[in-house]
Amino acid sequence: MSAPLLSVRDLTIRFGASEATRNLSFDIAPGETLALVGESGSGKSVTALSVLQLLPPSAQLSGKILFKNQDLLTASPTELRAVRGNDVSMIFQEPMSSLNPVHTVERQIGEVLAIHQGLRPNAARARTLELLDAVGIPDPKSRLSSYPHQLSGGQRQRVMIAMALANEPDLLIADEPTTALDVTVQAQVLTLLKSLQQRLGMAMLFITHDLGIVRKIADRVCVMTKGEIVETGPVAPLFSNPQHAYTRHLLAAEPRGTPPATDPAAPTIVDVADLKVWFPIKRGLLRRTVGHIKAVDGIDLSIRRGETLGVVGESGSGKSTLGYALLRLIPSEGRIVVLGNEIQGRSWKAMRPLRADMQIVFQDPFGSLSPRLSVDRIIGEGLAVHMPKLTPAERDGRVVKALEEVGLPAEARFRYPHEFSGGQRQRIAIARAMVLEPKFVVLDEPTSALDVSIQAQVVDLLRDLQQRHGLTYMFISHDLKVVRALANQLIVMRNGKIVEHGPAADIFATPRSDYTSALMAAAFDVAVIDAPSLDPPVAS
Amino acid sequence: MTDQMQQAAAIEAPRNPTLSPLNQRRWLNFKRNRRGWWSLWIFLALFLATLGSEFIANDRPILVSYKGELLFPAFVDYPESKFGGFLAVTNYRDEFIASDISANGWALWPPVHFSYQTIDTYLPYSGSVAPSWLMSWEEFCSRYPAQTADPNCHMGNYHWLGTDDRGRDVLARLLYGFRISVLFGLTLTLFSSIIGVVAGAVQGYFGGWVDLLFQRFIEIWTSIPALYLLLIISSVIAPSFWVLLGILLLFSWVALVGIVRAEFLRGRNFEYIAAARALGVSNWTIMFRHLLPNAMVATLTFMPFILSGSVVTLTSLDLLGFGLPPGSPSLGELLAQGKNDLQAPWLGLTGFFTIAIMMTLLVFIGEAVRDAFDPRKSMA
Repeated sequence: MSAPLLSVRDLTIRFGASEATRNLSFDIAPGETLALVGESGSGKSVTALSVLQLLPPSAQLSGKILFKNQDLLTASPTELRAVRGNDVSMIFQEPMSSLNPVHTVERQIGEVLAIHQGLRPNAARARTLELLDAVGIPDPKSRLSSYPHQLSGGQRQRVMIAMALANEPDLLIADEPTTALDVTVQAQVLTLLKSLQQRLGMAMLFITHDLGIVRKIADRVCVMTKGEIVETGPVAPLFSNPQHAYTRHLLAAEPRGTPPATDPAAPTIVDVADLKVWFPIKRGLLRRTVGHIKAVDGIDLSIRRGETLGVVGESGSGKSTLGYALLRLIPSEGRIVVLGNEIQGRSWKAMRPLRADMQIVFQDPFGSLSPRLSVDRIIGEGLAVHMPKLTPAERDGRVVKALEEVGLPAEARFRYPHEFSGGQRQRIAIARAMVLEPKFVVLDEPTSALDVSIQAQVVDLLRDLQQRHGLTYMFISHDLKVVRALANQLIVMRNGKIVEHGPAADIFATPRSDYTSALMAAAFDVAVIDAPSLDPPVAS
Repeated sequence: MTDQMQQAAAIEAPRNPTLSPLNQRRWLNFKRNRRGWWSLWIFLALFLATLGSEFIANDRPILVSYKGELLFPAFVDYPESKFGGFLAVTNYRDEFIASDISANGWALWPPVHFSYQTIDTYLPYSGSVAPSWLMSWEEFCSRYPAQTADPNCHMGNYHWLGTDDRGRDVLARLLYGFRISVLFGLTLTLFSSIIGVVAGAVQGYFGGWVDLLFQRFIEIWTSIPALYLLLIISSVIAPSFWVLLGILLLFSWVALVGIVRAEFLRGRNFEYIAAARALGVSNWTIMFRHLLPNAMVATLTFMPFILSGSVVTLTSLDLLGFGLPPGSPSLGELLAQGKNDLQAPWLGLTGFFTIAIMMTLLVFIGEAVRDAFDPRKSMA
């Protein structure tokens, strides 16, 4: 192995009394891709930020960060500025918030060129065009004067990459560059990064929590947990023969299992015909409706008892809106029959008796629990509405039972949501839905805010609850791996319409539409298959 | 009853006697603002002291022992016949009554023997009289029947801050005036907060047409020049404490609507609100159990400023002569007298310093409350 480009030795980062990382050491050789893998809180992002000294002043660092034999920890601000954006550059997770919203694309990229290469406006413009072309932005000339909000998520991340590559750095630090993107766009961006890296011969420090991406893109991998690197090695051997218990745990954590078999003669629980959710676009002085955004556009579906209907699609495909409309949380048009009751057109009050039978679990366990209520009040709230005759002791007993069902101790009910981890909070949210003994539950991306190992546990819990109580699920997700583990039936949505509909096993085995196959290739193999215009249409 | 339920019943939900960690941090932040912390204590001390104004400045004794009977003139109106007189209400400052009481027992007087409407009949000269400590003992007692030898020529009849043009003691009027200003301000703040929070909550939560119409209404309402309207109304309706409160309330409730509405607009899209809606919880319960706590921070931060604003409004109405009914102790009336009688600077100076100090204390407290609820400080 040649002399390392970046060499980190005994790096310890402290915030006050707590250690974010402890005695980290790793090397990156020129042209190599090193992946740092770990779950949230493992200290991987802090490590990435520490290389360019971008941490807040409250962080105390000790150890050595040698870049081309220069210790960046002791470098002066002037020396650091010469390195930042020039020799080492960085891509961040959120492409929307890491581009300045009031500057055009040309100005943002031109700034980097002007600072480090002193290019004049004309030369900078030519170089910017070259870079935009290299990162695969169609018609770069017309995009020069665009603002970040006029670009799609994928295009924004491409602009970020163009900025990072503007000075042909020796090392690119990518901090979860594709986490905020849809799977198909993620696959495109990763492919782009890989090919650019080969062309420019740069090294890459790639931070991610997604093992699929690591397999695809990295040469070597460092597995991090609780601020320490527990295992380092080339990707293939490490994955096939993991040594450390945590690595094995992480590899085993991907959602597994198959959905329970269903009875094809079971009665239909949910029946929806021609469901539409159109948001009017209003223009002009009189706010006349000039058109509609068709979030959900003529959906038909039916779900039998004990079945799980998976709804997949990329962001903006209308899948969450469909779930909300089904529960009448937002106004819609079309027929909705739940448990034999026509619910479209019922008043809010007339809906209330049915609400106990149809529940929902939300995506974000941090947002879906009221921070000011204790857990027993959160779970007991539905009981107070639907079973007001329960005595306090009976209600408490039901809350305890619901907590036990989701694997939480009874004492948890006296605490507040902020005292729990993300996975535990999602269990509380599930308990809140389950305590009413519903027949039909809409699960709106219940696992996507969670770490992989916790995702698997939540999937197991949901499947277990379904078998025990004969529940019917509608499982909304963009994560095909999770859907494969739970869904019997599958709907693929795009731009508010159903692209493909059928038994999940059949669709996973032989997708009929191009869009579905592109989605699956991106999700399972991080590969790009051309489907017509995969970038979602840009709102103008 | 099953085992499990018995167990559940056995474990009483522990009621947390102390504040939640977040509120503890807020309390610490409040204390850390030393200026606001001291202002709070000084203000509370002044307010508590003036709440007991009857025990500091009064024209009747607190306690009287008369022919072996214990009487409480500060609280009970005894007819004069009790002491051998003939009026319906006893005038304890009267020499006849005083000598009768001292012959048959004793009287415990507050340090200042004047109430806010007691007219001192033994003033050395007419018009506003300067503070007694600015004159000699002989001058102070010059109008008493027996001059310096008079039993009533004592420190209890001193006018520490002088008198106004009708011979009423300024210190007594100041104490009672401070009390009525603060009580008025607190009541007005309380009622306008309740109305403002409810109105803001309804607008923010329901949005749409409700919000649109209500907002336009408020815009029109706030564009009415409130002070002039108040002048007109109070010249038609005889002003009293509650009438004035009602009139001022007409305009002061809008102060909080904007921020509460904004908090509700933001909050109604939270996922836990959607979760509560999916549970079938009623709108009012959602508003008050889930959303109101979010708006409370903004409301509480604003309250000290609304309080100081209310006090200022009352004072300015009093200054213009459209405030509390004539004869009531009021800071605005004191200021008006000071303005009309520049030869008596103790009137204007007393009024000015009282209002300036009260406003300063309230604003300092308000700043400390704002710091305490600042999320950048309390969450860090």
